[in-house]
Amino acid sequence: MKPVELQIADYIPQLRRYARVLMRGDVVQADDLVQDCVERGLQRVSLWQRGTNLRAWLFTIMHNLYVNQVKRNMNGPDFVVLEDAQKDRHERADSDVAVNDIQQALNNLPSDQREIVLFVSIEGMKYQEVAKILDIPEGTVMSRLARARKQLRTSLVVEKRQTLRRVK
Amino acid sequence: MSYETPITDMDLHAYLDGQLSEARRIQVENWLKQNPDRLKELNEFQIVDRELHQLLDPIIKEPVPDHLQIRPRKHFFYRVAAAASFIFIGTIIGWQSNTMLAGSDQQQIQHHLIQPANFAHVVFSAEKKHPVEVDATQEQHLIKWLSKRLHADIKAPNLLQHGYELVGGRLLPSTNRMAAQFMYQNKAANRITLYVRRINKVDADSMFQFSNTGSVNTFYWIEGELGYALSGEMERSELLTMARSTYQQLNID
Repeated sequence: MKPVELQIADYIPQLRRYARVLMRGDVVQADDLVQDCVERGLQRVSLWQRGTNLRAWLFTIMHNLYVNQVKRNMNGPDFVVLEDAQKDRHERADSDVAVNDIQQALNNLPSDQREIVLFVSIEGMKYQEVAKILDIPEGTVMSRLARARKQLRTSLVVEKRQTLRRVK
Repeated sequence: MSYETPITDMDLHAYLDGQLSEARRIQVENWLKQNPDRLKELNEFQIVDRELHQLLDPIIKEPVPDHLQIRPRKHFFYRVAAAASFIFIGTIIGWQSNTMLAGSDQQQIQHHLIQPANFAHVVFSAEKKHPVEVDATQEQHLIKWLSKRLHADIKAPNLLQHGYELVGGRLLPSTNRMAAQFMYQNKAANRITLYVRRINKVDADSMFQFSNTGSVNTFYWIEGELGYALSGEMERSELLTMARSTYQQLNID
């Protein structure tokens, strides 16, 4: 069997995708998060139980890192202000670039809905597994998923249809 | 037709995601036949899912950037031995020769490492009020910050045994990348700077190389993905001693 470090390496593309969804498409911020996640994973690799789902374990680490990061940012700026200011400017410059509709619609969802959409629609996970990663009841996973899909459908299908009708 | 349990939104999503029991799946399918509006809605959810796949699936195929690759760690003794032989050979050959590297690599190093390192040394070592962006009292923060920005494990060597104390450091734009600069100062207010940045793949780790621009002497070397340049206005031999010490500290930990 592959050493666990190399098994973790196999999941890096999926971690990058998850991070990209969390960071609303910002590649630099997303890869920073992946780096933190992989480092944390490698440090704690002894805590992972062989035979259990490594993907879920890594996703849990990333979810927790993200949640902590958001909490930290809500506590007001610390003294990395300079870096953040640069990043903000960078982001604003990026947002001038046309983002396609689906990315925009996804970005408009709250992060807890974005990640559920990713887990279920893209990663094809069972609701139960998602509930475990996010540490919420399965019913909450389902109601958030329903809300997210409704919102995405509204922005991508319903509103477009209405625009088309108006044009006609 | 009547059903034991009414079909809910949750059932529809679970149907879409293939997470219903076989019995319930059949119930939902029958129900949908009589509720074309809801069937249409489900089809539209599927359109959304397809678009999501189109957006997010290509990320998986993107090449993983170098700094996110996981490599097997080199064994400690291997590193010690490599460092020791490196210093030995470096002392004999390295500082005389600029021909150890292929032409294009040498150009790259000149352009991305030596020139910007020299320039940054000249600019900031002359600075009286703002020689550094983050001073040595926040050394841990400085190291963490620079490591994060450069996506690399950046360390500041301790050069106290040579009479040089860390002043602090800063993040710098370099040609096409970012760089970190650490500044050290001795009692006579002489300053040396260590410039670190990522360097695209060079054929091999380089020996210590020497470069001189005006009054500034520089020893530079490549280790893995990082290029280092130690610059100062001092005797070459004294600078080499500190370059060796720096190399040792960065590689044996």
